[in-house]
Amino acid sequence: MSRKHEKGMSLIVKTITRFTVGLILLYGIYILSHGHISPGGGFAGGVIVALSFIHLMLAYGKETALKKLPKNVASFFESSGAILFLGIALLGFTGGYFFLNFLSKGQPFRLFSAGIIPLCNIAISFKVGAGLFTIFVALVLLTFEIGKKK
Amino acid sequence: MMHDPTNIIPFFVIIPLAGAFIISIVGKRLKWLPDVMGILATLGLLSISILSVRFVNLYGTLVYTVGGWKPPIGIAMVMDGLTAFFVVTINLVAFCVALFSINYMERFTSKWKFYALFLLMLGGMNGVVVTGDVFNLFVFLEIAAVASYALVAFGTEKHELEAAFKYAVMSSVGSLFILLAIAILYSYTSTLNMADMANVLIKKGEPSNIMLMVSVFFIMGFGLKSALVPFHAWLPDAHPSAPAPISAMLSGVLIKSLGIYALCRMFYNVIGVSDVTTSVFLFLGALSMIVGGILAIGQWDFKRLLAYSSISQIGYIVLGIALGTPLGILAGLFHLFNHSVFKSLLFLNSGALEYSTGTRDLKQMGGLFKKMPITGSTNMIASMSIAGIPPLSGFWSKLLIIIALVQAGRFGYAVWAVIISVLTLAMYLKVLRYGFFGQLKEKLNKVREVPIFMKLSMIALACICIIGGMLLVYGFGRFFLNPAADVMFEGTKYAAVTMAAVQ
Repeated sequence: MSRKHEKGMSLIVKTITRFTVGLILLYGIYILSHGHISPGGGFAGGVIVALSFIHLMLAYGKETALKKLPKNVASFFESSGAILFLGIALLGFTGGYFFLNFLSKGQPFRLFSAGIIPLCNIAISFKVGAGLFTIFVALVLLTFEIGKKK
Repeated sequence: MMHDPTNIIPFFVIIPLAGAFIISIVGKRLKWLPDVMGILATLGLLSISILSVRFVNLYGTLVYTVGGWKPPIGIAMVMDGLTAFFVVTINLVAFCVALFSINYMERFTSKWKFYALFLLMLGGMNGVVVTGDVFNLFVFLEIAAVASYALVAFGTEKHELEAAFKYAVMSSVGSLFILLAIAILYSYTSTLNMADMANVLIKKGEPSNIMLMVSVFFIMGFGLKSALVPFHAWLPDAHPSAPAPISAMLSGVLIKSLGIYALCRMFYNVIGVSDVTTSVFLFLGALSMIVGGILAIGQWDFKRLLAYSSISQIGYIVLGIALGTPLGILAGLFHLFNHSVFKSLLFLNSGALEYSTGTRDLKQMGGLFKKMPITGSTNMIASMSIAGIPPLSGFWSKLLIIIALVQAGRFGYAVWAVIISVLTLAMYLKVLRYGFFGQLKEKLNKVREVPIFMKLSMIALACICIIGGMLLVYGFGRFFLNPAADVMFEGTKYAAVTMAAVQ
């Protein structure tokens, strides 16, 4: 491999990545936003969203990916996803119960239906997506530090 | 609806989780927040757990329907005597530990991560105790366990990482057995709600081979979590490696809420005990008691000695509870409470010694009583209590266990309990002799007493050690201890009681 491509993988991989990474991100958002009416949901959608960033990191090297989604921002998203989920659950107390589905359920099989479930899915996807990405970053940075010590 | 007493039940999970996530967002920037949040959250939990004891006495078993879905289908949170007893124990120790950590954790770089993980672990433990759903029990158990792996490795030294890895692998194996048992149980009974599951199992009648397999898996899984002897190998590494407040939490309450509580709840209230499980528990309890005691006495690392001693004391607790007689269960639970108090106090003492002298090796200490009077005297109270010296709490619970063993005609076990009690006294005299009395070492001349919050938390726990025997007095026992023992003694009647409590 020539020195020009030292950061990340070869030109072919980079080009394909440029075409596909946006589609992967969109597909993740699709999965998480349709979690209440089709298979999938917050967890699966969050994983796919995280995969799009991991894909970027694999193809272009960690600098590019960390510029798009810095570590601090990712860990902020992770914690705020959890807070959001807990907040939605706590809002159920307005109707008397923890985790009560207090919003209108709407018409079944519509995108805007099922009350708090889509909101919960979004919160979960924040938590899972950012969490998976930070785990990957942690693994990458850790190997890097051990390599430096040698 | 707002004045419904059941409304406090979900807060046992909400408060620690909210605290943990808020700390993880803003704890890095606001340096004062983690301490304040840790204290406030644990204080809040302690007060609502004391409130819950009162509610259980006033209204009987309380059931909370999460999301308004009725229990056999929806998720239930159940607050009965046993749960109230455990939440008080857990949150009492957690509050003292949070107080201790304010000063102790200054030595570590990222204090906010510690508090976030600590509250997460606390949330998991409270969840295990409060839930009335078998799968939720597994989820909360994993929350507490995963947070504790990270906390054991908190110092990130080589031996700490090794201990955490060993703990993570062994504990995950235990969790897998639990998950497998829950899956089999679900396919056999078609329900996950504990009360409903108990009902279905009663209707099925005679125990089948499937239930035998489930029982074996549960004994392996929960036995591993509570470090009963054949499954104890992770504990002597993991507990000493964690920072002292976490060792206090792990030995004090984690092995009890994840191990003993879950074991009791599943076997006494859901599956139902038979003669075979009783004799297995008695044997495992006695084995842990003997092996832990014998291994502990040879240790020179203070925290490692305490860790082995935990195994031994868990043996006492299981021995008492497994008897199944009212007195045996009462004595076992009483010893469980006492052990959480004095073992966490001993671990906090070891942390205070490490904070001041920088070592945990008993051979390098000596004569510290004059230099650290508060640590020394609280350590003496805790040591005498765990060894069973009369006016202190440990004496009464051990006495009750031995009386219960004699009453049930298990003389062999009773003799062993007495012998190991003497051995316990010997090992703690060793700690006192080498740590606090004797000649002061030259290089320890500059040692100073620990800061104020560490003192406060140790004094608070020592006071509970002294007055712990009062729990046996009729008034206290009737509100706190007896309802817990009754829940276990009633056995599978739990199902009917819980189902009746659903509004």
